[in-house]
Amino acid sequence: MEEEFEQLDGERRQLEQKIAELLPVASTEEARRELQRLRTRLQRLEERILAHMPAMGRVKLARHPDRPYTLDFIERLFTDFSEIHGDRRFADDPAMVCGMARFHGEPVVVIGQQKGRDLKERQYRNFGMAKPEGYRKALRAMKLAEKFNRPVFTLIDTPGAYPGIDAEERGQAEAIAYNLREMARLRTPIIVTITGEGGSGGALGIGVGDIINMLENAIYSVISPEGCAAILWKDAGQADKAAEGLKLTAQDLLSLGLIDRIVPEPRGGAHLDYDEAARLLDTYLVEALARVSELPIDELLQRRYEKFRRMGAFQEATEEILRQLTNAG
Amino acid sequence: MPLFRKKKRLRKLERAEERTVRTEGVFIKCEKCREVLYRKDVEENLRVCPKCGYHFKISARRRLELLFDEGQYQEHDAQLVTTDPLNFVDKKSYKQRLAEMQKATGLLDAVITGEGTLGGYRTIIAAMEYQFIGGSMGSVVGEKIARAIERAEQGRMALIIVSCSGGARMMEGVFSLMQMAKIAAALARLDEARLPYISVLTDPTTGGVTASFAMLGDLNIAEPGALIGFAGPRVIQQTIRQKLPEGFQRSEFLLRHGMLDAVVPRKELRPYLIRALGFMMDGRR
Repeated sequence: MEEEFEQLDGERRQLEQKIAELLPVASTEEARRELQRLRTRLQRLEERILAHMPAMGRVKLARHPDRPYTLDFIERLFTDFSEIHGDRRFADDPAMVCGMARFHGEPVVVIGQQKGRDLKERQYRNFGMAKPEGYRKALRAMKLAEKFNRPVFTLIDTPGAYPGIDAEERGQAEAIAYNLREMARLRTPIIVTITGEGGSGGALGIGVGDIINMLENAIYSVISPEGCAAILWKDAGQADKAAEGLKLTAQDLLSLGLIDRIVPEPRGGAHLDYDEAARLLDTYLVEALARVSELPIDELLQRRYEKFRRMGAFQEATEEILRQLTNAG
Repeated sequence: MPLFRKKKRLRKLERAEERTVRTEGVFIKCEKCREVLYRKDVEENLRVCPKCGYHFKISARRRLELLFDEGQYQEHDAQLVTTDPLNFVDKKSYKQRLAEMQKATGLLDAVITGEGTLGGYRTIIAAMEYQFIGGSMGSVVGEKIARAIERAEQGRMALIIVSCSGGARMMEGVFSLMQMAKIAAALARLDEARLPYISVLTDPTTGGVTASFAMLGDLNIAEPGALIGFAGPRVIQQTIRQKLPEGFQRSEFLLRHGMLDAVVPRKELRPYLIRALGFMMDGRR
């Protein structure tokens, strides 16, 4: 996979250079045709590259320092955004952003983890790793949406819930667990989008909903590839292999039936064009909202239940399977 | 000459097998107070150290026998087995690992669920098996627990889950993660049906198990000294690069921080649960 990707990528660079050289001198009809031909080849090559991109390539794109973050999307997708702060219990968590807004004129609640752009902001946002108060604030915003019958949009982008002493003392596990249960029965539509990193329980803590979208280069995983490699390979350097094995890309997860939609990104990745990335996501959110809004709430909740209830890969062990299992040991 | 050869063989036998294996069977060392104890004494004391009260891990099978009336229960869904949806391979293949674990534990995955009575109350109990890949939760654990919850709801029974797990199982990727949502959703329905769910946390309960059903009981109770948390202590230490406080993430620490209803020693667990069910349930069977 890796080698093939490198080779294709090399071809792409050569082709791009050829086009760049030809561009200023393409005055004749023949040259223009040649240019057109090269461009078509480049486009096909790019498609093949994307299909062959190693999982770790997606991980890098999902974590790209210039990737659009939650507030970048909110600014472009919503109007009248009014942030609401605090969990009313302990503190406000800047790693989790919640607010009231309008989506194509309709009042909604939007929630998402927020990473920082520079060192100072990264620390302030705690690298997008929310603490219990962040998850509790998020649920408070969702209950507000429920009370006033407004849909909820969540945007997921986090390495994971914060693993620290204070977070443990205040019940990180309990905060996430509680959100999972309450989101499963929240009586208003929830549309989830994984925009960047979907880091395990910290992502799922705002990730239970009616429609699960995932950006083309986003990842969603039970553990970081580095963490997985450190535990199973006893070597964090094997993260590439772990990333491949964990099946954490949008393409993998769609084929496994664990997400509903892949939202395309601008060519080369969302970090190259925020406006276009937001425009592409907008179409999917409009469609998702239309679909969930037409269902009566009880039916929506029943479908939400069944959606997660179905997830799992198991079978009844027949004699044949049991024999195979014993032989493998 | 023949005498010499015989002697040599004899000595070898004594060294390799006789001594170590036999004493291992008879004695057990307490992991906390380091006292060398008779295994039989420990077993008779419900695998609790008679000297210092340290709670050794117990198997899921034994746990169900200790909790149900007369140790009697009807097991459910024992035949469910994972399909290895990711075809996962690390240093060894997941299939290989499963086969080894299945042979070692006699179970197909890391949880046993069963139905019986507890103090006369009709109850479903799920007990996790730590010996099976660290009690980790993949599709089978998720499915068996979800079915247990739905059975409790349909039969208007009480539900008890005894957790003992390192969290979600890596080898099933996002399938494992989604079991958290699946079980939490089923618990929401049980809650709406006003049926009891008591979560019993034992050493250790961490990660995706704590962050889903283990913290969602009407009562969350723990055995003494159990490690309970979201992130494991090693991960936290690596993140903050500080020494962790004494007793951090142990049952007593969680009790002090308001995360548990009670810390209950194993010997008192059954009577405690019966009293709680007496409060929650209207009638015995």
